[in-house]
Amino acid sequence: MAEDIKSLSSQLAQDPLSLVFLRLAELLRQKGQLDAAHRVALSGLERHPHLADAHDLYARILADKNDFERAFDEWDMAVRIAPHHLGALKGLAFLYFKVGDIDQAVAHLEAAHKHAPDDASITQALALVRGGQPAAAAGGLGIGREEKRAAPAAAAPMEEARVFAGLEGAQEGLLLLDAAGLVLGGALRNPAGQDVTEAVAAYLAGVSQEATRTAKLLGLGTWTGLATEGGMGHVHLTSPTAESLLLVVRDRAVPMGRLAIVAQRAAHAARRWLERQA
Amino acid sequence: MTAAAFERALDMVTRVRGVRGAMLVSAADGLVVAEHLMEGIKGPAVAALAGSLSNRLGRAMEAAGVGASVFWHLQGTQGALLVVPAASGILVVAVTEAEVNIGLVRLELLRAAGAVG
Repeated sequence: MAEDIKSLSSQLAQDPLSLVFLRLAELLRQKGQLDAAHRVALSGLERHPHLADAHDLYARILADKNDFERAFDEWDMAVRIAPHHLGALKGLAFLYFKVGDIDQAVAHLEAAHKHAPDDASITQALALVRGGQPAAAAGGLGIGREEKRAAPAAAAPMEEARVFAGLEGAQEGLLLLDAAGLVLGGALRNPAGQDVTEAVAAYLAGVSQEATRTAKLLGLGTWTGLATEGGMGHVHLTSPTAESLLLVVRDRAVPMGRLAIVAQRAAHAARRWLERQA
Repeated sequence: MTAAAFERALDMVTRVRGVRGAMLVSAADGLVVAEHLMEGIKGPAVAALAGSLSNRLGRAMEAAGVGASVFWHLQGTQGALLVVPAASGILVVAVTEAEVNIGLVRLELLRAAGAVG
């Protein structure tokens, strides 16, 4: 393996634009030289930013380094570039599993299975994820180095009372509204610290119905999310129930893909909270 | 800007695999400025709803202090609606299938919005 690394390094030095960095970084990763693998992958990614395999490889290295947030972003990017990328789908499934979102983990594995029905690792991982064996499932997916695979904790449930308690929950950037735009829970402050809950709620009244009508008119099926990228922050809207709308606001530093995950978890918490209020 | 220039801007978007159609909409009144849609999509109605949604979202985002909307994306189980507001007040809109490269469509929409001005 050392010779392979030397040979690949030499090839890359001679042709820095070649895709040999993919094999080299993967070899380094397998050998546990994560910092070197990181450097090679990042350098390759800078030269080939639209290559899904490069994002997938970089994500694997980040996952090995337990930097799961950035790994998520990279796998998310890989899937955006190549929606059926098996490595990225499996990687995302692994991360969803880690945060306890079994439905999403299964959905990503099923998507991968659809495009690679003969891939035994996916079949095995699906069975294990459904059976709730996290470490084994991670092994089935071939993600993470063995010694670092701690069994992921079950999803830390959102503290609904804190999230939807009113202004004290404002730091969460969550707002739960009914169909008419009346505030059911949560609160928002703008960057200047002013309470903007009612103003934002007023503008969002009817958005859920409009989104439903638009989706119906265009044959988009059921709308699952409305994501907006702003100059200074990102917003994600989702509908936890037919009669409610949940707004999640985050800084621009939070990628849209990650915000969608945060919104899904918040919607889950909102549904539970609404059930308890009924 | 000429009708041909509008067509060119839309053509950039519709070339992306999985895009069912694209249109330019006046954000102020929700009217169609130019369209390049697959049959079966009701342009005027889509324009009106996209314009209305865009205005609501824009105001909500301004109130929340997150700045003007650069891009928004309505995701459905069977497809998506993607919108980029151009500086001139025109919305560049794409209707896509579910399995589309959203990042690529976003890039083309931003490019088209730049061309529209």
